[in-house]
Amino acid sequence: MRFNPPKPKPAGGHPGLIRVLLDVGPSVVYLLPLGFLLLFFFYPLAEILRLSLAPQGRLDLSPFAALWRDPYYVRLLAFTTGQAALSTFLTLLVGMPAAYAFAHYEFRARSLLQALTTIPFVLPTMVVAAAFQALVGPGGYLNEWLVALLGLDAPPIRLQHTLALVLIAHVFYNASIVVRMVGGFWSHLNPRLEEAARVLGADRRRTFRLVTLPLLTPAIVAAALLIFLFCFTSFGVILVLGGPRWATLEVEIYYQAVSLFNLPLAAALSLVQMGFTFVVMALYTRLQARSAVPLDLRPAAATRRRPATWGSKLLLWGGVGGLLLLLLAPLAALVLRSFTLGGGWTLRYYRALFTNPTQSFFYVPPAVAIGNSLLIAGGAVLLSLLIGLAAAYLLTGPPGPLRRWADPLFMLPLGTSAVTLGLGYIVALDRPPLDLRASPWLLPLAHTLIAFPFVVRSLLPALRGMNPHWREAARILGASPARLLAEIDLPIIGPALVVGAVFAFTVSIGEFGATLLLARPNLPTMPVVIYRLLGAQGVLNQGQGLAMSTLLMLVCIVSFVLIERFRVGEF
Amino acid sequence: MALLEVINVSKAFGGEPVLQAVSFGVAAGEIVCLLGPSGCGKTTTLRIIAGLEEADEGRVLFAGRSLADVPVHRRGFGLMFQDYALFPHKDVAGNVAFGLRMQGLSRAQVAARVAEMLDLVGLRGYERRRVYDLSGGEQQRVALARSLAPGPRLLMLDEPLGSLDRALREELLGELRRILNEVGVTAIYVTHDQQEAFALADRVILMRRGRIVQEGTPQAVYGRPASAWVARFLGLTNLVPARVIALNPVRLETPFGPVALPGERAVAVGREVTLLLRPEAAHLPAGLPRADEIALEATVRRCSFRGSRYRLTVAPPSGPELTFELPAVGAPPPAPGETVTLALYPTALSLLPPFGEPNTGPDQVRR
Repeated sequence: MRFNPPKPKPAGGHPGLIRVLLDVGPSVVYLLPLGFLLLFFFYPLAEILRLSLAPQGRLDLSPFAALWRDPYYVRLLAFTTGQAALSTFLTLLVGMPAAYAFAHYEFRARSLLQALTTIPFVLPTMVVAAAFQALVGPGGYLNEWLVALLGLDAPPIRLQHTLALVLIAHVFYNASIVVRMVGGFWSHLNPRLEEAARVLGADRRRTFRLVTLPLLTPAIVAAALLIFLFCFTSFGVILVLGGPRWATLEVEIYYQAVSLFNLPLAAALSLVQMGFTFVVMALYTRLQARSAVPLDLRPAAATRRRPATWGSKLLLWGGVGGLLLLLLAPLAALVLRSFTLGGGWTLRYYRALFTNPTQSFFYVPPAVAIGNSLLIAGGAVLLSLLIGLAAAYLLTGPPGPLRRWADPLFMLPLGTSAVTLGLGYIVALDRPPLDLRASPWLLPLAHTLIAFPFVVRSLLPALRGMNPHWREAARILGASPARLLAEIDLPIIGPALVVGAVFAFTVSIGEFGATLLLARPNLPTMPVVIYRLLGAQGVLNQGQGLAMSTLLMLVCIVSFVLIERFRVGEF
Repeated sequence: MALLEVINVSKAFGGEPVLQAVSFGVAAGEIVCLLGPSGCGKTTTLRIIAGLEEADEGRVLFAGRSLADVPVHRRGFGLMFQDYALFPHKDVAGNVAFGLRMQGLSRAQVAARVAEMLDLVGLRGYERRRVYDLSGGEQQRVALARSLAPGPRLLMLDEPLGSLDRALREELLGELRRILNEVGVTAIYVTHDQQEAFALADRVILMRRGRIVQEGTPQAVYGRPASAWVARFLGLTNLVPARVIALNPVRLETPFGPVALPGERAVAVGREVTLLLRPEAAHLPAGLPRADEIALEATVRRCSFRGSRYRLTVAPPSGPELTFELPAVGAPPPAPGETVTLALYPTALSLLPPFGEPNTGPDQVRR
């Protein structure tokens, strides 16, 4: 047969400058995330270091001496660690039955319910605080019902500003980690292992103790470490739900920096906290690698079956049902409360957001904060995608020492507390050429720091799933580098990019710790406004706080749905 | 003049030499097979020709011009990957059309050519199918269609039948030969399977540890393996050390007695050689062996049924064990422990250089 293909174009390549750019380009792309981290993460942290160890220019360990000698700070550290450990324990307790149920039982709407358990994780701390206030606060639903039901004089549930409320909120936040990580791992364990043990003579209890639990331990410990980390650096929850009585390291750093202007002491506290979190993070990454080793894992669907016995049904309904009740009741209370005034329904709170009643202590309507949040989030998404894409390509490029260090390096900002980051920006970015105090890019940069690791984690499975032969086949079939990008790279990682963008958006919109430190008073974001409204007196202020929280919650839920719809692989 | 010339190409990965001074040529319209065990450098050779890797030393010329400055996407070659590498985000038609779209053909031209190629490989009607729904054989055909569609000047195939089961492999082997001949494309086929190589290739190039050890038509290579290694790789295991004691006719002294070979051989008396007895050399005569056949008396060690043939391993009174393949027809095969007299066809015996020595002189039979 005759087929005359067009003559292949003569070898000429690109003109000089473009060729230079193409050669240099990849290196620049690789340097982008590293440069970003250097300037906007390590430099601020170094400034904190300098401030805490040598505020006058020479080594001065007096802030540390103060920390060491004052029993207040020792108690502070003890409390921070203790509440984190207790929260972790409680979360595991509440989450394990549900994890087991999701992993082993097949029931109606299983995937939907499992997805629902993850919603709290993406909610901003302010929303969670508002939701709990609406449920168990002095004016909350539970108290109202109990007063009406039992004819009491005073609200019986007095959880406001108690440790118990903080612990419950922590469980609320982190239960999904147990369900996802432990449950996910559990559902992939090869059931033959347990069957082999039973055939060899071990009864159910011994099988669980000697076979299942040891296999599960890496996942459990990894989940526990992650939860511990989140509870250790918990800020918003402690601030609002714990109140003035309970303070953790984070909260203390905030007070020292913002109320007392004792920056050296705040810096010293940050250093102590960073030391702790670094150790925990190092343990976590070690264990994650081990628990990620496929132990002859099976697809989850093969190990699930319908619950048969009464015991298993009880476990299912109790474990899953109980968890869902804990997770959804506060959110439902939040939404409902934002529409009620006195005994009836109203839209007053929502309307008040967009007007400027004289009670508001900003001279702009709170709704301005919505626009602000969106702008900042937009900037953060742009920057995160840019840096995250570069970082992801760096991590999937040719192996080498750089790649091995880059992975935990890019995750470091996630392990650093938000307040510390905010503090770092205050002390570091205050003189040229990096005087960004008044720049509109200050907050997007801070948010990008916490958001781009999520972009990286969204892109990695997609990039790693990319067979290098696809690119090679396309090149051989005549695709130039530009067409490679358009025809192969982009379509294949497109969904992962969407997921990364939505993640970055959600993180930015809900960020509280760093934003509280850095936002200018007349240009707040939604979480900051919610915080101020919830802390102010008056039904109208409280109501507006709830209304804005509901809006924020809706945005996050929509984002969450989009993420679930498009993502590739597990994080 | 060869269309493709590979001249003195060497390549090392991380200090490990993978190719050492490899040189060969491919004529227009020829199907050449690179045959060798895994790790011998055959896939690396393909990748260097395609431009996916750069040779450390040496040159590759196509139609007389060096390919050194030509980027991968401008070479106009085709490469069929071992894992097919079909684009998952495009359907069958999208995959086959890819190379055509890169050439800038019009929609109508692309569609027509895609239809033509799918017809050629026997997948008419598969245009809209997703690639992950296809069976192994179907994927292989799509991969072939995709490589052939742009009309490449040289088609390279990297173990394309490797992941298929035996029956499918046999079927596709025939189809592949038909299609390649019909299109008339110049092809380099890489495999470790000698059956594929012999069925498909006009010329076979045997590679071992980055070097070419023998080149020639399938018949020539099989009939006169250049060394003991080549013989063993091709499944010719009966290698017996011998010494030439007379010429005209050639008489050899072997561990199992004297052997006379007809014809003339270019060897000297007293020379040490290796006698190769091919598996098809033996048969069980009904009566006595004929005068021009060589008789071999031996004890049966093993006899294993293989379907159309059986493998018979025998031990002569002295010397190494020999393994032959006899057709499974006629009398039932002998049992282990029995003594048999095999008749060997002298044309199925060859003289090779002794173990470890390179092939210095020709080994011709003049009749």
